[in-house]
Amino acid sequence: MPFVNKGFHAKRPTEGGHKLPPGQYETRDFPVLTAGPTPRIPLVNWEFRLEGLVESPAKWSWNEFNALPMQSFNPDIHCVTKWSKFDTKWRGVSLDTLLEHVQLKPEAQFVMAFSYGGYTTNLPLADLRGGQAFIGLEYEGKPLVPEHGGPARLVVPHLYFWKSAKWVQGLRFMADDEPGFWEDNGYSMRGDPWKEERYRSDDPDAPDEAHFRL
Amino acid sequence: MDWQLATVTAIRPETPRVKTFTLSLPQFTSHRAGQHYDLRLTAPDGYQAERSYSVASPPEQTGEIELTVELIDEGEVSGYLFDGVAVGDQLEVRGPIGGYFVWPAGPPEAPLLLVAGGSGVVPLMAMLRHRQRAGLRNPAVLLFSVRMPEEVIYRQELEGLAAADSSFTLLLSYTRQAPPGWAGYHRRLDAEMLVEAVAHLPVPPQCYVCGPTGLVESAATLLQAQGLPDAAIRTERFGPTGN
Repeated sequence: MPFVNKGFHAKRPTEGGHKLPPGQYETRDFPVLTAGPTPRIPLVNWEFRLEGLVESPAKWSWNEFNALPMQSFNPDIHCVTKWSKFDTKWRGVSLDTLLEHVQLKPEAQFVMAFSYGGYTTNLPLADLRGGQAFIGLEYEGKPLVPEHGGPARLVVPHLYFWKSAKWVQGLRFMADDEPGFWEDNGYSMRGDPWKEERYRSDDPDAPDEAHFRL
Repeated sequence: MDWQLATVTAIRPETPRVKTFTLSLPQFTSHRAGQHYDLRLTAPDGYQAERSYSVASPPEQTGEIELTVELIDEGEVSGYLFDGVAVGDQLEVRGPIGGYFVWPAGPPEAPLLLVAGGSGVVPLMAMLRHRQRAGLRNPAVLLFSVRMPEEVIYRQELEGLAAADSSFTLLLSYTRQAPPGWAGYHRRLDAEMLVEAVAHLPVPPQCYVCGPTGLVESAATLLQAQGLPDAAIRTERFGPTGN
């Protein structure tokens, strides 16, 4: 029989027909989580790059990037620290739009997102296509603030939010999956909140008794 | 890393809104100071809620962990822990988790600057307890910002540690109300305070900053402005979320 905490019950029902992934709770705030100081990136120095397994790399300045076609996105987002936030309002450039500017080599299967300040996170390429991911430049109608990853952050809302690299500087296409910053510190390689893939030991391919650097 | 059923062996009030729960673990894995555990509550209808709590006890304290929990207004999990849990009850946990906000992360003899706001002191306490239990005497400073005197978690232990160990300095700052006759800091954390904290240490320290977002942002930026490299400043947000 599964364990039950006697007398425990949900305090707040989830509103508006939104669904919470397992173990998550709804917050109205937008909490900030980072491992170190917040980088401040002057827009004149900002650039965004697509590199690695591409026929020829692509690069945009801030002005060039802002001239790309933009879309609005209103995803629910889920942080591995257990909070979820519904109906967040973003504007940005779809990864599908960016990928039209490069020709990927056939062996490209994975992506390492890299950021100003040195942060990295890995994702399967398939998770960035088909309207699932974008580079967010505006949040709630205003330029994205540095604390939340501004001037530009990767947003991949169907994965835990640490995959949505703040201060994103570019994407490197790879043949094999490699761990990024948190992944190297024991977190899941893919991070699907609906499968509750929080830690490396939650991954379907995790060896049974592996000792990860948690 | 599987869920396990821990048994509550002690509950200790730290402040009016903070309690420490000692959990005896059937499978104890030695943690690193700064790591956390996930705790999961299950309702009879199957509903589950999870939260992460920093381990307050040092790895030298084997077989059990201490989790120090702040009562959050309307907190689904902290509310149940405060009102619904007694010694002898069982709780589901898994851990230890987190590989970055841990000490030591480099040479343990390096000077250590800990900056805490409110319940952000919990993982830093694990670092100080580990430092003491391991007999390390690296120069260390804890700059601890609280609103008022009754909110100083671990006060007795911290003051005792500072009195017994000349290599450890405790710097308290009261942002709203200081105790009568207080000659120390009585303001929000600022540049001067961090310069003074760093000046207690012989060479640039490894820094760990934990607390509410505003304090963490400001402390990390001010330490950066003092010329400390980003890699020497590790941060963790804690307590009720904001922004």
